[in-house]
Formats: sequence, structure tokens, C-alpha cells
Amino acid sequence: MNQASTLAAVKRFVIRVPSLETVAAWLLAIVWIFPLLYAIWAAFHPSAYMVRFDLLAPLTLENFADAWAQAPFARYYLNTFLLVTGVVLAQFVVCTLAGFAFARFPIPGRDFLFMLVLIQLFVFPEVLIVENYRIASGLGLVDTITGIGLPYVASAFGIFLLRQTFKTIPRELEEAARVEGLGWMAILLKVYVPLAKPTYLAYGLVSISHHWNNFLWPLVVTNSVESRPLTVGLGIFSAPETGVNWATVSAATLLSIAPLLVAFLLFQRQFVQSFLRAGIR
Amino acid sequence: MVIQNADRRMQIYGALLLLPAAVLLGTFAYLPTVATLINSFFLPGFRGAPPEFVGLENYAMLVEDVTFWKVARNNLIYALGTIPTSIALALGMALFVNARLPGRGFVRMAYFTPTILPMIAAANIWMFFYAPQIGLFNKLLGALGLSGVNWLGDPGMALTSVIVMTVWKEAGFFMIFYLAALQSIPPELKEASDLEGTSRWSFFWRVTFPLLMPTTLFVLINALINAVRVVDHLFILTKGGPNNATNLLLYYVYENAFSFFDRTYAATITVVILLVLAVVATLKFTVLDRRTHYQ
Repeated sequence: MNQASTLAAVKRFVIRVPSLETVAAWLLAIVWIFPLLYAIWAAFHPSAYMVRFDLLAPLTLENFADAWAQAPFARYYLNTFLLVTGVVLAQFVVCTLAGFAFARFPIPGRDFLFMLVLIQLFVFPEVLIVENYRIASGLGLVDTITGIGLPYVASAFGIFLLRQTFKTIPRELEEAARVEGLGWMAILLKVYVPLAKPTYLAYGLVSISHHWNNFLWPLVVTNSVESRPLTVGLGIFSAPETGVNWATVSAATLLSIAPLLVAFLLFQRQFVQSFLRAGIR
Repeated sequence: MVIQNADRRMQIYGALLLLPAAVLLGTFAYLPTVATLINSFFLPGFRGAPPEFVGLENYAMLVEDVTFWKVARNNLIYALGTIPTSIALALGMALFVNARLPGRGFVRMAYFTPTILPMIAAANIWMFFYAPQIGLFNKLLGALGLSGVNWLGDPGMALTSVIVMTVWKEAGFFMIFYLAALQSIPPELKEASDLEGTSRWSFFWRVTFPLLMPTTLFVLINALINAVRVVDHLFILTKGGPNNATNLLLYYVYENAFSFFDRTYAATITVVILLVLAVVATLKFTVLDRRTHYQ
């Protein structure tokens, strides 16, 4: 009897400790997701319900219609899409070539050159906005989508990741390909690139989300609707002095984040893993 | 001789492979860094006159510039306010979602979602919370019978408000690295400590936490970089105001270059940022790399 009650007490203890943690974990989760849920609530209800929570409040899509009518979001989408695909593809090409060179070619001073590349992990285009703006304007790239993307193409991070991946690929595969008479480009494309697919996926996802979200440099280098990406468009749209109402701002915010957010919800695991894979250096 | 030729060919081929990256890095990283340094010794020429070499005059101006010191101090407070808090929260979150937990998938997603949002969008959402009249925080305070706070308008409060939002945005990102590190800790350690009757608390401090040290350093480096690099939210939340209470170094560069059109002074402040980043880089290459398998 005594023993049984002790056992029950122990059991209760064992169950209670994690449940306390569970409560804390859930509370924190609700606090963390709340701002986003709030924005969704505000976007789908008339602005009168912004701070009046009423489950029966009428749903509406008017805020989205307003936002869409007040700013050229279609154009912003197109610009962001062109920017992101352009940057990622260019990064793949440039970083693959450089990563391959660093992994497999006996270039004199290779380690020193590699250190030089790694400096870019700390000195980003946005830190150098003033000079980069001058250079972009000297090249005639101001107010172009190329101008937004080009400073990011030779990404030290991408070069580093691909070099690491290429280094892990056994040389025997390369030698076998050479015996078959393949040249360096063919070896790169037929042996190294296919085996590095997971790295490309991880780097691609991280890069897409970075350039979709980037703001400061695109703000500086663009000055017209024709080149502005979503973030800059949204930043201008919701500047307090423009006097747009909050429900419309929420709708515009959701419009700008929707594609990435939906992609994230669908491919959560890949996103999280790619941030992880890309982060571990 | 034949082998030497082959070697030479490989060298040339490798150099050609590097060429596109080298040209781009030269144009958008090294050249602007050098130009920034040079410009910091000049004053811009007015009405077409050539720039005037002034030696360290810009730096002397910087030392005298009350706003600069305020901005530098803000940035320090911002770093001290965001970094330890978001790292501690990230570790807590990782411990939560590493344990068996009902609805773990949802909880993990909730923590990580802010990472996916652009800083601009996050700032837009938090504007609702901070707005003085209709903002949610003041409505909540009002419901409790308390008077509202001017979260972003009060110079004593504004930087804290910006810090809180940043922590919300960053913690989930750092959680991912802690989670991965936790999952690589062999479960035998936990089993052994359970046999010895070690409390969970002391297991954490004596085993888990020391094992997470490399991750903490890695996260710290990232957080330090972000503290000087990311200023997007200021464009929505405060524009550096009120009275520069939330102005940070990079935002001050932006203001000087693109609002006050003082490019050389902006270059001088950029040099300060570059020095800070150099310290962070040294920290990474010396302290961190000795602990990780990096070559």
C-alpha cells in the first residue's frame, strides 16, 4: 500500500516535471507565433476590428484589394522573382567554379587567396553601401535588378560550402572519369556537381530567403518601380508618413511574405536543414 | 618536363576558374574597402572641385561628434541587449524541442517562423504592437488600468523596443544550431548521469553546456555581425529617432551618405564598422577555428 502510493507519487512527479516544461515551451511558442497570427487577423478583418477581438467579426478581402490597388505589387513580385532566380543561378555558376578551383587545383598561394575570399564573410556589400553605390553607378547599374544582385554573386559563403563539399568527394571518381577521357569541365559537371546536389539545395534555399528578404542595399540602389523588389516596395508603402491604414499595411505585409511563408510551411524540414547545413562552417 | 607542363596547365586552368569570382570580389568587396579607407582622408570637392586631402581631419571630427558617440553607444547597448538574450532563448527553445513534447513540430515551427520573415515585414507587424494610441501593448496596459507607454517615441524606451523585436526575430535562427548540437550529444552521457543520480540541472551545467561551447561561439559570431549589419527595422520603426535614441552605426552611415550627402564622413564611420568586423573576424579565426574541424 505504502509502496504503491510512493510509486504513484513518483509517477506523478515524473509526469508533472515534463508537463511543466511543456507548458513553458507552448507558452513561448504562442508568444513567438502570435505577432504573425495577429497580422493575419488584422489583414482579414475590417480595420474597425484591429484591436477588438471578436470571433464573429466579418472576414474580408478588401484590405488585400486596397493594398494591391495602392502599390504595384505585381511588378514588385516580378522584380523579386527575377532578382532571386538571377542571383541564385549566377551564384551557383561562379561559386562552383571557384569552389572547384580551391578544392582541386594547385594554384600558387591558394591558402592565402582562400583567406582573402573568406574576408567577405565579414565585409558584406551592405557595410560598403557608399562605395558600392559609386561603383554600381559607374557601371551604369543603378536602378537595375542586376545592380541589386551583382555584389552578392561571388559569395564567399557559397565558395566555402562548395569547396568543402568537393573536397569530400573521393579522387578515385575523378580519376575514373579522366581514364574515360573526360576533360575538366565534363568532370566538374558529371562527377562533382551531381554529388553536391544536397549542398546546392541547402545553399539555394538559404540564398533565396536571404535575397527575398534583403532590404538596405536594394533600397539604396533602386529608385523606381521598375527595379524595386518587394521588401523595398513594402518599406515605402508602409512608411508612417504615407498614412495608409493598419489593416491595409497588414495585408500588404502578408502579400510580400506569402510566397516564402507558404514555401516554408510546405518544405519546413528542408528549410530548417538547409539553414543548418549552410550555417555549419 | 612533361609533368611540369601538366602542372603549369592545371595552375592556369585553376586560375581561370577563379577569375569570375576574383573580378566580382575585387569590384564589390576589396576595391570598395580600399576606396572607403582612402576617402576617409578626404573632404568631398564642392562644385566640381577635386576632393581635398585632409589627413585625419574626418577622424578628428568623428571624435568630436556627439551624435557619433551616441550612435556607437546605442550600438553597444543594442548588441548587449540582443545577443545574450537571444542566445539564452535560443538555447532554451532548443532544449524544449529536443525533449519529448506534445506538438513538437508546431512548437519548433513557431520558434523558427520569424527567421523566414524579412526584417521589414517583422517591423511592420511590430508597429501595431508599439503604436501609442491604437497599439496592442497600450490597449493591454489600458485594460489593466495602467497608462500607456510611448514605446518608440520615448527616447528612454525606444531602443529597448527595437531590441525586443530583434530578439524575437533572431532567437529561432540560433535555436537551429543549438538543436543540431544537442542531437549530436551521445545519449550514453545522459544514461550514465542518470545512473549516478545526477540532477538534470547539474547535468546541464556540467555536461550539456560545456559541450555546446563551440555552438555558442559560432552563434555569438553571427549575432555580433548582425548587430552591426542589420538595420532594416529602423527604417520602419524609428528612423533612428527620437533624437537619435535608436540610431545605429550602419544607419548613421546611410544617413550621412544618402540624406546629408557627406560621402567622406560616411566613409570615416564605415572604417569604424570595418574595424569592429575585423575584431569579430579575428575572434572567429583564432578562437573558434581551433575548436572546429575547419581547414
